[in-house]
Amino acid sequence: MRGLMEKGPILEVEKLNIRFNTPVGVVHAVRDVSFAMGREKLAIVGESGSGKSQTGRAILGLTPGKVTAEKLAFHGQTLIGLSEQQWRTIRGKRIAMVMQDPKYSLNPVMTIGEQLLEAAREIKEGAAARQHALGMLAAVRIRDPERVFRAWPHELSGGMGQRAMIAMMLMAEPELLIADEPTSALDVTVRLQVLAILDDLVKTRHMGLIFISHDLNLVRTFCDRVLVMYAGQVLEKLTASELAEARHPYTRGLLACPPEIDQRRARLPVLQRDPSWMEPVRP
Amino acid sequence: MTEIVTESAAQPMIEIRDLSISFGQGADRVDAVKNVSFTVAPGESYGLVGESGSGKSTILRALAGLNPFWSGHMAIAGQKLAAKRPRALRRLVQMVFQDPYGSLHPKHTVDHILSEPLAIHGVEDVETRVRAALDRVGLGPEFRFRYPHQLSGGQRQRVAIARALILEPKVVLLDEPTSALDVSIQAEVLNLLTDLRQQLGLTYVLVSHDLGVVAHMCARLSIMRTGEVVETASADDLSEGRLLHAYSRQLLIASRGYDPAAIAAFGDF
Amino acid sequence: MTDWAIAVTPPRWRKWLLAETPQSRLQARLSRAYLSWVAFARNPLAMLGLVIVAILVFCAVFAPWVAPHNPIAGDLGNRLVAPGGEHWLGTDQQGRDIWSRIVYGSRTTLLIIFMVAITAAPVGIVIGATAGYLGGKVEAVLMRLTDAFLAFPKLVLALAFAAALGPGIENAVLAIALTSWPPYARIARAETLTVRGTDYIAAARISGASGMRILIGHIMPMCMPSLIVRVSLDMAGVILIAAGLGFLGLGVAPPQPEWGAMVSEGRSQILEQWWVCTYPGVAIFIVSLGFNLIGDGLRDVLDPREG
Repeated sequence: MRGLMEKGPILEVEKLNIRFNTPVGVVHAVRDVSFAMGREKLAIVGESGSGKSQTGRAILGLTPGKVTAEKLAFHGQTLIGLSEQQWRTIRGKRIAMVMQDPKYSLNPVMTIGEQLLEAAREIKEGAAARQHALGMLAAVRIRDPERVFRAWPHELSGGMGQRAMIAMMLMAEPELLIADEPTSALDVTVRLQVLAILDDLVKTRHMGLIFISHDLNLVRTFCDRVLVMYAGQVLEKLTASELAEARHPYTRGLLACPPEIDQRRARLPVLQRDPSWMEPVRP
Repeated sequence: MTEIVTESAAQPMIEIRDLSISFGQGADRVDAVKNVSFTVAPGESYGLVGESGSGKSTILRALAGLNPFWSGHMAIAGQKLAAKRPRALRRLVQMVFQDPYGSLHPKHTVDHILSEPLAIHGVEDVETRVRAALDRVGLGPEFRFRYPHQLSGGQRQRVAIARALILEPKVVLLDEPTSALDVSIQAEVLNLLTDLRQQLGLTYVLVSHDLGVVAHMCARLSIMRTGEVVETASADDLSEGRLLHAYSRQLLIASRGYDPAAIAAFGDF
Repeated sequence: MTDWAIAVTPPRWRKWLLAETPQSRLQARLSRAYLSWVAFARNPLAMLGLVIVAILVFCAVFAPWVAPHNPIAGDLGNRLVAPGGEHWLGTDQQGRDIWSRIVYGSRTTLLIIFMVAITAAPVGIVIGATAGYLGGKVEAVLMRLTDAFLAFPKLVLALAFAAALGPGIENAVLAIALTSWPPYARIARAETLTVRGTDYIAAARISGASGMRILIGHIMPMCMPSLIVRVSLDMAGVILIAAGLGFLGLGVAPPQPEWGAMVSEGRSQILEQWWVCTYPGVAIFIVSLGFNLIGDGLRDVLDPREG
């Protein structure tokens, strides 16, 4: 069954909309977002409030807002209006998610090993599950898997915790991993090491990866394709290699404004926000 | 460890010699900063770069007078710092914090936040000074009576900068002032800081994990790791790749983006 | 119907309160208070609590007009009259109108609540915030003192104080206040510990603020919301302790009406003349409920973490 789908897209999203009811009225957080992806590294980039995280959460039915879409399908199966029971067969098993800060995602009163086994409970049991867990820890390049398996979350550094978190998400061997700013809380060198692990996993396990980030320059070197979001809409879709030729002034502005080591400027260019960017984008 | 001794005629604005800072006692003792020395000239902007736990923020907090447990020599504008500081010396050094959501009192209006330091030091003319402070950081008078939760991250950081400047300090300590902001807002805040330094002749010490930000803001910088200065370099050294220490070079490579081959060669420091 | 005009244009005061850009600190503060009020008013149970307490206050203030009879002078010819007719909640064993005594009793209840709130809460916040901010030996001493008070059951401690000090409303207030402050000190200390390490307190220290200034101007305002919620939730307990003291004869001196004492007086006829002790009991129940509802509503507005 999975084999048949190998060629087609894993995930199809058409005209995804997310609305929030607030005391001041309805906030339209995500507007007509459409994309399809296969086994690749797809980046969703934008500033805070652009709707990138809500888009990622909507795929797993985790946004508190009201989700509507013409199509939101994983291997052709719709992801809208599923029961909790149906979700359980998908969440954490076929689609997994890694959050920003491992401190808040790991359960502080369970050892890493217990949490890994918990994640694998319905797939493998006993010694086989343990072997699988240790293998996963090794796969995220933890040098001493036995020690980390026995460790409590507070005994791990940020980078180690995030690796353990990724290992946990991979226990069920998902086909799609959604990573929401998975490395923002980490130091630069550790950040890159974690990215290298994700990169490896996408290649060796043929996973799809949705990488949600605010860092366009990181995404440019790490991902295959990029969706640039602004005010709830996708302004531009690009392959990462042609990002330098981006046409939209917002994308160009985002690329230009971070300070660069090699090319120092007296003043940094500032983004001039154009109200027309808020208007509906024509497909 | 290299120490740059600036033999200029002018007295340095900040002088730090053999600064050590430790927390706890006995077996729990953690040496957060070990024998760090550097000087900053008046009007200069100096950078401290490093990853978490390198001790860079600890130095800044000691300079600000928030941490009394240090040993060594620290002086600002020729005045030696001790555990207790006279008020006049406190006015000279102000600080801008990393998290704009945590550095403004949630129950105080912008007006209250800005006038509080004036009230503490008994400065007259509160009305005009508060207006001028808002104007200086590019916020209109309509922001004056808002609460922090009614402001965006960038606006809050502007208020924090206005608060730091309202006592007319000579030294402003910047602790990751833009790392919690979006890149486009970061550009605006960094430009503002650049302008203010020129207009007011301020001296900055900027702490950041982002080599790009430090290279942009500072002519000279120290790269730190586990409480020690690994290397002191100029911004030109950075952009031309003239770094001596392997750790500094790795940090520089890491800041250039994702490159699997380079990452595989990373050492463990 | 002339409502339409109001519906179309909101009154000017409302516009002033909801202004995006307040023109003064007062306006900013009032605007914030108004938004909290709107959120509070949206909760029907909280509004019910507010109505109950408003009625209590009304009865206390206008007791001579609300009460049809003298609450103290008895009429022995009219002893233990059943509810209905002239005495619609009946009379007690001395022929006094129960409704009138309940109305006058609300003065006692309100006075005790008010006095306890303005003595116990400030003591608690000062001790708790000082301990939390200064830490070290000061904290150890202050918090052990708090623990010592917390170790005794509230009612038992209040009884001991009231017995030692003698009956009377001042002594009842003192006894209740002495047993009520420790939880407030604990709350204030816990809040202070979370606030103490924040950057805005560091900023205040850098700008040269004294410890006293930081404590009063920066830390205490952060302790207020959870303290206000706790005090309003505790009011029900205070009413019950006051009633308990009254029931045991350690509250207000006899001819003065007090709800707890009224229940106590009626307990010998509880089966035959049930109204004598039931109605004051109902009054205690309703007013306690009112304060609890207000406290819950305030918690939702002021302290959303727990909601």
